[in-house]
Amino acid sequence: MDYSFAIQQVVFGLTLGCLYGLLAIGYTMVYGVLRLINFAHGDLLMVSAYIAFFGVVMFHLPWPAALAVSIILTAVLGILIDRGAYKPIRRGPRISALITAIGVSFLLENLGIVLIGGRPKSFPIPGCFEGSIEVGAVRIPVLSVWVLLVTLALLTFVVFIVLRTRVGMAMRALSRDMDTVRLMGVDVDRVISFTFAVGSALAAAGGIMWCIKYPALEPFMGVIPGLKAFVAAVLGGIGNVLGAALGGMILGVAEIIIVAAHPEWSGYRDAIAFCVLIVILLTRPTGIMGEKLPD
Amino acid sequence: MFRVLSVLVMLLLAAPAQSSDPVLIGVYMPITGNVAAFGQMCWSAIEVARKMQPEVLGRPVQLKLVDTKSDKVESANAVSRLIEKEKVVAILGETISSNTIAGSDHAERRKIPMVSPTATNPIVTQGKKYVFRVCFIDTEQGLVGAKMAQDRLGAKTAALIYDISQDYCVGLANFFKKEFTKAGGKIPVEIKFRTGDRDFTPQLSLIKETKPDVIYAPIYYTELALIARQAREMGLNVPIVAGDGAQAPELIELGGKAVENIFFSAHFHEDMVNTERGKKYLELYKKETGKELDSFGAMGADAYFILLDAIERAGATDPQKIREALVATKNFEGVSGKISIKEDGNAVKAIVINKVKNGNFVYVTTINP
Repeated sequence: MDYSFAIQQVVFGLTLGCLYGLLAIGYTMVYGVLRLINFAHGDLLMVSAYIAFFGVVMFHLPWPAALAVSIILTAVLGILIDRGAYKPIRRGPRISALITAIGVSFLLENLGIVLIGGRPKSFPIPGCFEGSIEVGAVRIPVLSVWVLLVTLALLTFVVFIVLRTRVGMAMRALSRDMDTVRLMGVDVDRVISFTFAVGSALAAAGGIMWCIKYPALEPFMGVIPGLKAFVAAVLGGIGNVLGAALGGMILGVAEIIIVAAHPEWSGYRDAIAFCVLIVILLTRPTGIMGEKLPD
Repeated sequence: MFRVLSVLVMLLLAAPAQSSDPVLIGVYMPITGNVAAFGQMCWSAIEVARKMQPEVLGRPVQLKLVDTKSDKVESANAVSRLIEKEKVVAILGETISSNTIAGSDHAERRKIPMVSPTATNPIVTQGKKYVFRVCFIDTEQGLVGAKMAQDRLGAKTAALIYDISQDYCVGLANFFKKEFTKAGGKIPVEIKFRTGDRDFTPQLSLIKETKPDVIYAPIYYTELALIARQAREMGLNVPIVAGDGAQAPELIELGGKAVENIFFSAHFHEDMVNTERGKKYLELYKKETGKELDSFGAMGADAYFILLDAIERAGATDPQKIREALVATKNFEGVSGKISIKEDGNAVKAIVINKVKNGNFVYVTTINP
């Protein structure tokens, strides 16, 4: 493996890692506040991709408009899912919420099958994401640059919300003690809704970037990225936004490098990702960056 | 012409018997999931075929469809449901090898004849008395693929990339490798992935390093389209050769310009239709669906027609008799050309070579058995 080949793989790995990271941030936000693993997060990716697809193909919206509509509608869907499925059992045992999340995930997937059908659709890619920049022998796809910029921008945005705004303060407080926060006169449900809206909007942004990179839309497309994002979130320390982004990067780069270095293992790529998860959980149960939200 | 007329006369004569019990035929297909395109194309074509020939033995034919979700376990469940709950006399399906292998065990055990339209892996029929197919098998397809790479594209080295979770892909890759190396070719790199993978950049970088003359990708359409896109994006521009799993409109929709000039062995192309039945069917299919007839549709229709022909010749819906009649199928003039079925359940059928040109599947040539 020569030098430029290795760098090329790192570029590919970081692109994939940013996509995982983007999804993992949303995962981890919801977990951080509610201690709920929202398994429907990956399926929100699918929903957002379909909304953008129908926006462009059926309603002939210009690209930025379709993007905005998709992000807004997915955020609204996130709030609705919380109100419909999670809120009624907020006081129940945590395992009930987990099972409900899996149920919501199956519901979205099968609704997709019934309403849209199982055949993959091609995602329309705007021209600004095509092509690549050559740096020496290394080829950097323009899309990779975009993915990195979008991820960094959204990460900054989320960190800003969590650390520098009133609602962020409420979120951090909520993750410590919901009842006390309620006694302090904070509208807990509104804060939770806000968390879901931001988390889902992040899933939508991640979903659209994912589709530009891998333009095959189908109702089960969110399952694997969702699981990988979950691994990334746990890897970085679930509940920690920066950790999630870092976990995503590590996972993406590890996956690509392992396949490139050991092509005979490439069939076990997903297995490797989950082995990484097991090792992390055994050695550092709280992940790389601990469990707390950044203070 | 005489056959068609006699069928028509028989249908007219049989008309008064319409009130009798229907003949139940089970169909299990991937209507959703990873290879949904195959199942949907095949199913819509079988429905049109039923419109063209709605009766057998003077009784109406009734089809029972079960979706396999492109999954092996669901396929096995589908077959046992068709046999035990729906009480079908024969079964059509599945479209892909792994699922047919999973489903065929049940059919074999219950002694219900099963005809697969397009499962090409040799194992599908191996050691089974009640499992048949109307398509060629992958040993033949591997040879055609190797010849295509060597003679048509002048390749001396071929990189292999395939899906290790599909029997079809693993089988065909190995048969290609055998034939290609036998003829003096070299396989510098062999790359694997799993169904559902979306990122192939490290694998393709490895292929690019070895600078092969051609890439042989015996895989299904979604992955093939994404692989072609990612390969072209990273400047890997060698020709790609594929197998029959490439032929779905999704290949072109998802692959766009990247899949131009992909050669692949296939079952059928509209331009090769030369039988009476084929012409008549094509006309009806266009009228009913408004679409062009594809490989999987043509093979689905042929599986239906051959099964009905066998039931007619058997004179009864007794599974044993249907089996005997099926293996006696000789030079049946199907939609996709002449098809015979051998004692081992495999078919003798021509292989077609198609390629992608200007966003369409274009017929190149036919290779007779």
